[in-house]
Amino acid sequence: MAEGIVHNKDAFLNRIASKLGRERTEAVVLPKWKHQPQWEVFKNDGADDLLGTFRKSSMAKSALVIQTERANLAATVKEAIEKYGGGLVVTTKDRRFAEYGLESLLADSKTHVWDAGLGKRNIEIAKQANIGVIFSDISLAESGTIVQFNDKDIARSVSLLPVTYIAIVPQSTLVPRMTQATQMVHQAAAEGKDISTCINFISGPSNSADIEMDIVIGVHGPVEAVHIVVADK
Amino acid sequence: MPMKIGEKPFFGRVDDALEKTFMRTAMASAQDRLRGRKLDATVRDEQIGDWEEWRSAGEEIRRHTLENLDYYLNQLSENFSRKGGHVYFADTAEDATRYIQEVAKKKNAKKVTKAKSMVTEEIGLNEALEEIGCQVFETDLAEYILQIDDHDRPSHIVVPSLHKNKEQIRDTFRDKAGYTGTEEPRELTAFARSQLREVFLEADIGITGCNFAVAESGTISLVTNEGNANMVTTYPDTQISVMGMERLVPTWEELDVMVNLLSRSAVGQKITTYVTNLTPQLEENSVDAPKEFHLVILDAGRSNALGTEFQSALHCIRCAACVNVCPVYRHIGGHAYGSIYQGPIGAVLSPILGGYDEYGELPFASSLCAACSEACPVRIPLHEQLIRHRENYVAQKGKMSEKLAMKAFGIGASTPSLFQGAVKGLPAIMKPLVKDDGISSGPGPMKLWTAVREFPVPEKNNFRSWFKSHKQEGES
Ligand code: SF4
Repeated sequence: MAEGIVHNKDAFLNRIASKLGRERTEAVVLPKWKHQPQWEVFKNDGADDLLGTFRKSSMAKSALVIQTERANLAATVKEAIEKYGGGLVVTTKDRRFAEYGLESLLADSKTHVWDAGLGKRNIEIAKQANIGVIFSDISLAESGTIVQFNDKDIARSVSLLPVTYIAIVPQSTLVPRMTQATQMVHQAAAEGKDISTCINFISGPSNSADIEMDIVIGVHGPVEAVHIVVADK
Repeated sequence: MPMKIGEKPFFGRVDDALEKTFMRTAMASAQDRLRGRKLDATVRDEQIGDWEEWRSAGEEIRRHTLENLDYYLNQLSENFSRKGGHVYFADTAEDATRYIQEVAKKKNAKKVTKAKSMVTEEIGLNEALEEIGCQVFETDLAEYILQIDDHDRPSHIVVPSLHKNKEQIRDTFRDKAGYTGTEEPRELTAFARSQLREVFLEADIGITGCNFAVAESGTISLVTNEGNANMVTTYPDTQISVMGMERLVPTWEELDVMVNLLSRSAVGQKITTYVTNLTPQLEENSVDAPKEFHLVILDAGRSNALGTEFQSALHCIRCAACVNVCPVYRHIGGHAYGSIYQGPIGAVLSPILGGYDEYGELPFASSLCAACSEACPVRIPLHEQLIRHRENYVAQKGKMSEKLAMKAFGIGASTPSLFQGAVKGLPAIMKPLVKDDGISSGPGPMKLWTAVREFPVPEKNNFRSWFKSHKQEGES
């Protein structure tokens, strides 16, 4: 994309300024907020506490949690895939699969590794896939949330189209809550770095309570979710 | 669907709503459940510390942002466009729909998928797109239900189909879409999934609202549960997001606080299943991301509140916590408000956006019990703003004869005492009745509404019969 086109900005913003009873502001310094309760949450929790909280919160969001060691990760992932019905598997293109000893998963004939070069064909495959396997970039203990920084390789579809997503959660990615994740993104943005086109916070399978406030799991996204926490320190 | 719903005067709509017993019980039980979930996730959740601190944090952030709105909107626009996104600042609803129509025409769009968005309802976007031959698919379950029921009207800002029970939904699905299953929510939901699956992948344009935009990075944040917003923003080549001009935060750090307040207050979740943060990208190399991204920033009357006593109404994050504690909403339901924004915030916001001629009576749909202000995660003094609206409304109408004023109320000359009671109560209205618990307190100033002030209302004193007998009294 070239730079986008902006319409009607100045008239619009001038009106706002005049309604606010002043000229347009050129520079605003973000105040130091008086109230910042977000930093207090799980402030003193160690890695094990965070893991315990992550487990509980994931389960509360209907995600199955499995803990494993690095050496057993490949076997654990395989087992989880079978438990959820096997079939076609799609994964993101992520060097961590190799780093975590998951080459055998990628090499399996029933696994499709996202390949932007294949264009829309990837979407067709992901639509047919029973299971999508991804890595969590940041994992939030408070809410059992995995965070993905999507791009052309870490494609959005992998955690969205298959019936089940399996997220590999390196224990080192655990933080207390959203606060720590947004702080990282804020720092990147403040340094002028480009941030990922889709930063997705995902907490379990899709769901809805729109009919009589009854929670139904599995709407337009995945119907099942598995969080495999792997000790990596 | 534009902001205004229906043509009947307000009290006529109240009558209509009270006829529908199911709707009243549904509203009441939904309100109870939503309220209970919110309490569990807020004041009762010890993990997050003092909820009041969070509310203060939210208030502080919203106040600063609105005070510097021009600055942050400029920053948002620059960052969004620098990364290739197009920005349209729309003064009016018509400007917004016209721009979106133009984009759709240019793209030769046939199918449009939409995620839940009250602001696109407000501007009547579906009609505008249908006018130029697009097929529009609502994909949020509640909106989908309303759409296939011949565009039924939303009754709640978070769960727009709240007034429908599962049997009604089953019947609608059967009659309009050939559904053959039972009334089980699971089955009904699966039906919606299967109906929309292919549509998501075929759509030419995906349209969303915007829970929060982040100025520092030009990002649109969507707070959802069903996965439909992800489908809508992943597969179509063109994405259009529409935001009320007040819906932004300075940086990602404030986004954290606001998402927490919204998730917990709206649906009692620590975080919604998806918080999807979308930023245009310069390199068009993703297979599953839009190639073109438009952001429409809408005024449509919002600036009427800037620099006035109503400015803080723009702090609203549309969580519906105020709706879920409102005893008047409980009894009259969402449709009676005649606006897509219901409950206390609807009664505050609708006159700001649409004027007193259209919505001036809504601020009277309140017992001023202040439960709304207490519930609000960003501490908007809703009940005080309702009082200000009433003062303004009466001052404006004061110049006309009482008869005309009554007509404006839609009550008619047959019920003079009802209206007199309302107007004569005004001096007392100036003094809000707030007690610590915020729910029930001494005799209310507005006789019309005080009978429903208790929460929940005892059966024997139900609003319906009270309302009737009061009307008769007025006639004698
Ligand atoms: S006014 Fe407050 S409580 Fe009501 S919807 Fe807005 S933010 Fe929520």
